[in-house]
Amino acid sequence: MSVAENSLSASQSRVRQLQIGHVSDVGLVRSHNEDASLVVESVFEGDQAAETVGLFVVADGMGGHQAGEVASALAARMVAGRLMQDVYIPYLRQVTHQADQLPLTEALQQAVEAANQAVHDQVPGSGTTLTCALVINARVYLAHVGDSRAYLYYNHELKQLTRDHSYVDKLVELGQISLEAAAVHPQRNVLYRAVGQGDQLEIDIHLLDLPNSGRLLLCSDGLWGMLSDRIIQAVLASAHSPQDACQKLIAAANEAGGRDNITAVVIERVGG
Amino acid sequence: MSLDTRQIQPTKPTPAGGGDGALAPGRVLQNRYEIMGILGLGGMSAVYQGRDRRFPGVMKLCAVKEMKSHSLDPQMRQIAVQNFEREANILATLSHPAIPKVYDYFSEEARSYLVMEFIEGRDLEAVLSEMTGFLPQEQVLEWSIQLCDVLQFLHDRNPAIIFRDMKPSNIMLDKHGRLRLIDFGIAKNFQPGQKGTMIGTEGYSPPEQYRGIADQRTDIYALGATLHHVLTRQDPRVEPPFSFHERPIQSTNPAVTSEYAQIIMRALEYEPDRRWPSAEEMQRVLITLRPASVAHYGARATAHIDSGEVQPLWTFACEDEIRSAPILSNGVLYVCSYDHNVYALNSTTGKFLWKYATDGGIAGSPCVVDDRVIIGSDDRVVYCVNAQTGRIAWTCPTQGRVRSSPRAQYGHVFFGSDDRRLYAVNLQSGRASWKVEMDGPVRSSVAIGDDLLYFGDEAGSIYCVDIRGTIKWRYSTKRAVTSSPVYSKELQLVVVGSQDGTVYGLDAQSGWVVWRFRTGKAVISSPCVDEGMVYIGSADTNLYALEAKTGRQIWKYATDGQVNSSPAAANGVLYVGSVDGMVYSIDVKTGTLRWRVHTNGPVISSPIIEEDVVFIGSNDRLVYALPA
Repeated sequence: MSVAENSLSASQSRVRQLQIGHVSDVGLVRSHNEDASLVVESVFEGDQAAETVGLFVVADGMGGHQAGEVASALAARMVAGRLMQDVYIPYLRQVTHQADQLPLTEALQQAVEAANQAVHDQVPGSGTTLTCALVINARVYLAHVGDSRAYLYYNHELKQLTRDHSYVDKLVELGQISLEAAAVHPQRNVLYRAVGQGDQLEIDIHLLDLPNSGRLLLCSDGLWGMLSDRIIQAVLASAHSPQDACQKLIAAANEAGGRDNITAVVIERVGG
Repeated sequence: MSLDTRQIQPTKPTPAGGGDGALAPGRVLQNRYEIMGILGLGGMSAVYQGRDRRFPGVMKLCAVKEMKSHSLDPQMRQIAVQNFEREANILATLSHPAIPKVYDYFSEEARSYLVMEFIEGRDLEAVLSEMTGFLPQEQVLEWSIQLCDVLQFLHDRNPAIIFRDMKPSNIMLDKHGRLRLIDFGIAKNFQPGQKGTMIGTEGYSPPEQYRGIADQRTDIYALGATLHHVLTRQDPRVEPPFSFHERPIQSTNPAVTSEYAQIIMRALEYEPDRRWPSAEEMQRVLITLRPASVAHYGARATAHIDSGEVQPLWTFACEDEIRSAPILSNGVLYVCSYDHNVYALNSTTGKFLWKYATDGGIAGSPCVVDDRVIIGSDDRVVYCVNAQTGRIAWTCPTQGRVRSSPRAQYGHVFFGSDDRRLYAVNLQSGRASWKVEMDGPVRSSVAIGDDLLYFGDEAGSIYCVDIRGTIKWRYSTKRAVTSSPVYSKELQLVVVGSQDGTVYGLDAQSGWVVWRFRTGKAVISSPCVDEGMVYIGSADTNLYALEAKTGRQIWKYATDGQVNSSPAAANGVLYVGSVDGMVYSIDVKTGTLRWRVHTNGPVISSPIIEEDVVFIGSNDRLVYALPA
């Protein structure tokens, strides 16, 4: 095979953009919503380039006297603010490909650490989960702490991308209890890692592709705690749009009891 | 040094018959070992600090363990002597950084002596008794990982060796901060199904050991008990037997994380079947708890298998330095040397098959494809020769020295030149399909991704070029990029080092920097990406292991020279050369040394591994074939 035969067809501008769905619901039992979520999308076309940058955050707060909702909101804003400063502005200024710029994983870690510090200082005694996806064209950079989750549905398959930082999940991992026992374990809400804990927060980072027509779901435990993976997969497979998927997921979680606040963000790459 | 009574003060020397007392300082054994003082004294044996007088110019210290068989019962005496000999024999065959070396063994005046490496330091029981508060988890975690390593080493012997007496007083913390296991007095080859008598230490030994049963899991329990003791400072010898589960670690020492405590508690399960099945498995989980930012304690082991034990299968002498990796294809090893030649050698025997001479030194590696060997030379020409015969097929001139190693794909061969161009040359005809000009000489070799080429230049850029030669993106580092990138399809990353001292992980499609890792000096070494990890050397003398998706350091290993060689991994082992003249074999999981072999020149060449043989060159002009 020669180079010429193998070459790509002439480059052409193709718009790749994201379709986004987003719903947050208080559920049927709780009096207020301690979940926070944030969606930012930017599409750029020009200069022979077509680029998408998206930022998506789901946070689920905990702590009495409404401290939980303050913590989750603060964390979501803080993370987004830092990523705007460290990733988005340099991107617009076209300086990202220089050695003095912050690498994406470091920017994500620093943003979550900043949120951790802010929650620890400003809302003592509270904490929050934080699952944050930075989408640059077809690549997804995930930062994750706690037991909110990210899933990828693609090609008839649902994959859980994050690991819960919960006590029971650890027990399962260590082979001490079964998955079935974990689902009804009295301490299943106990986290061993949360934003706001202060020192030595370890942050999980994941890198993945967002394939065309793949659907990325970020959700709080009010969703995955009420619905089996099978149902989540069925909804993501059949919904005609990301927004439709979010609405159906929230409805299903409420139908199953709606014991907690429910937040879902679904991102799909289309075109191109 | 080695004695279970090491910390017992000799308040009351053992009653002994005529002439059976402790050796006095100044006494010389075998006309060689001068006794300097007592380190420990027990019922059956004593340990002295000694000095080896064969080294008159220096104070070469050793530990001399003495077996005093003062029993009146000849049968008991014989058993004691046998045990002592067994300890000597076991120790003498073991080569591990955490196990003291044995120098000598002899009998004199009805006493037996074992001369061993003198370990300067304190045992963990002494460490605990001399401190207040708790040891930091990070520290104890590193110790756990080291102890699993030495246990796994013992259990992997054939037959397996069960240590049977793991406890704080049998673990020395040497002056380099590394743990050393002492007292192999009751270590025993493991014979499945065979019961023995209970020997061990109450409190640390598991239930089955009281029934005379000991296997790998016995040591794992005792390790758990030791770690429980070290973390909680509760001495199990004064607690109810097997009561660890009633005494959770965190209720005494809340600073210990639940993940870590759970790993230890699994080692302490009453039923052997519920414990960690092997020290290796326990270690694997322990390593995941390691804070990534903390440099690995004890990653540098100075004790090593003497190079005498790893003998080359063969060597082959070139006439000048070998600076690049050899290439193996169809049982033939192709090696480029700065003596202007490319050599073809039989990889099994090292026998010379043919050589082809260029008009300049060859700094890069050859490229073997479809019966052809392609080489770039300092004479500015790229050569293609027949792989069987060494006969020339074509040449392709450039305007500068060719130090980049050619890489073939798509019926073309890609290489850079000091004329600042990247060339795509037709493999059949040797004609250039295209050349692209960069800002600086291209000495880095091309990595080939999904229809994209990645390489660096001496002006400091990392480039992504499509297969038609169009630049798709470039990323600017602060110094020359001589290192050759590696493309990870799974992570969609391009990993490469720069002489600015940094290792970069770049998004393969866009060139966005995903992570970077700073070393202390220039990175000329090219990365090895294997099973989610990146291994790369630096001129700061370290070999680094980084998590591939984040660039976080997992461990580092310090050599005594710049590591400009590019590491290669096979079967859980990493191989790399250093300017200190050594070829290193390092465990990929823990970053601990397996062996190192001395050559007589800096090792800039990079290894390749095939079927348990490591092939590497050295600036001493030799090609080495080493058993992996």
